[in-house]
Amino acid sequence: MGFFAKIFFMALTALFVQNFVLSRFLGLCPYLGVSKKLDSAFGMGLAVIFVMTLAGAFCYLVDAYLLVPNGLQYLRTLAFILLIAALVQFVEMVIQKNSPALYKALGVYLPLITTNCAVLGVVLLNTTLTWPDGKTYNFLDATLNGFFSGVGFTFVLLAMAGIRERLEYADLPESMKGMPIGLILAGCMALAFWGFMGFKM
Amino acid sequence: MNFFKTLINGIIKENPTFVIVLGMCPTLATSTSVNNAVGMGIAATFVLICSNMMIAMVKNITPDKIRIPVYVVVIAAFVSIVDMSMAAYVPALSKSLGIFIPLIVVNCIILGRAEAYAGKNNVISSMADGIGMGAGFTLSLTVVATIREILGNGTWGAGNWFGTDWKGIHVMPGNYDPMLLFVLAPGAFITLGTLMAIMNLLKNKRS
Repeated sequence: MGFFAKIFFMALTALFVQNFVLSRFLGLCPYLGVSKKLDSAFGMGLAVIFVMTLAGAFCYLVDAYLLVPNGLQYLRTLAFILLIAALVQFVEMVIQKNSPALYKALGVYLPLITTNCAVLGVVLLNTTLTWPDGKTYNFLDATLNGFFSGVGFTFVLLAMAGIRERLEYADLPESMKGMPIGLILAGCMALAFWGFMGFKM
Repeated sequence: MNFFKTLINGIIKENPTFVIVLGMCPTLATSTSVNNAVGMGIAATFVLICSNMMIAMVKNITPDKIRIPVYVVVIAAFVSIVDMSMAAYVPALSKSLGIFIPLIVVNCIILGRAEAYAGKNNVISSMADGIGMGAGFTLSLTVVATIREILGNGTWGAGNWFGTDWKGIHVMPGNYDPMLLFVLAPGAFITLGTLMAIMNLLKNKRS
C-alpha cells in the first residue's frame, strides 16, 4: 500500500469503521460526562487529540526501544500509564507557561485525560494492531493512529454535544432525563455508525 | 456489623454502575455474554480488593501531593498480575475480554474508591468496601449481560467456564430468531439506557 493510501485507510477506520467510542467502547466517561455543552466538548476533544497523538508517539518509543529489547513486555500497562500521567502533567505545565489562552480552554480537561481509557487504549492497541499484510505499526503509524483516533473521538463527542444541546428543549419523561436518554442516543448513533462496518479495503 | 454494612452499601446504595455511573467502558464492552461479564467482574473485584487493602496500608506514609500517582502504580501492579494470570489460566476468556483487562487500570471505579474510601479508612473496612463494590459491579454487569445475551443469542451463560465449554441454558424457544443488535455495540447503549430509566422510574415512584 502507498503511503497516502495507508493514511487514508487509517483515518477512515478510526473515524467511522472502528470508531473509538461507538464501536470500541473506549472513552465513554468523557463522552457521556462532557457532552452537555458544545464548547466544553470542543475543548475536551482538542485536549484528547493533543494528548493521544503525543502518547502514541512516546509510548511507541518506550515500547520499541526500552521494553521489547529487554523482554519487559509485561510491564507495558504500568509503563504506559505512568508515561501518560507524566505526559499530561508536562503538557499542562508547558501550555500554562507558553499559551495562557490555550490553557484557559484546555486546562480543566487535561487532568481528566490521564484516566481516560481511550488514551491508554490507543497505545495498547498500537502494540497489537497490524496492517492487513501482517506488518506491525511503526513509529509514524503509531503516532498517526493516535491522532486519528483522537479525531474520531472528538467527532462523535461534538455530534453528541450538538444533539444534547437541542435535547434540552425536548419534553422528556422525568425518568428519562440525563443519563438514560444520553445512553439511548449513543445507541442510535452507534447504530448509524454500524452501517460503515461493511466497508472493506 | 459495620463490615456487612459497608459490604451491602457497595451492592445496593452506592452501586457503581447504576447509581454512581462509573466505569462505563467495561460495563458496555464486556457485557456481551454472561460469561464475559462474570469474568470481567471477578477480575475487577480482585484488583479492587487488593488495591483497596494496599492503599489503606500505605496511606499514612504517602505524601498527600503524590497520592494519585501512588494509587495508579499500586492499581497497575495488581492489574498486571491479573492480566498475566488470566492469560495463563483462562486463555479463552482472556482473549475475548482482550484490551479491557489492562484497561482496568483506568477504570474510574477503582481509582474512585481508592480516593474516596481506602485513602481514609482502615484495612479491614477498605477490604469490605472492595468486596461490596466489586460485587455490585459484577452484579450489574451480569444483569446487563443477561438481557443482552438472552435477546441477542437466546441463551444464558453459554461460553467457556474455567476450561470447560458449556452450551448455556436455552431461554428462548428453538425457533427464536436472535436479535443480533443486542450483542453488538448499539444494543449495549440501549439496554443500559433503558435499565437506568426503569431504575429512575422506580426511585421517583417511591419518593
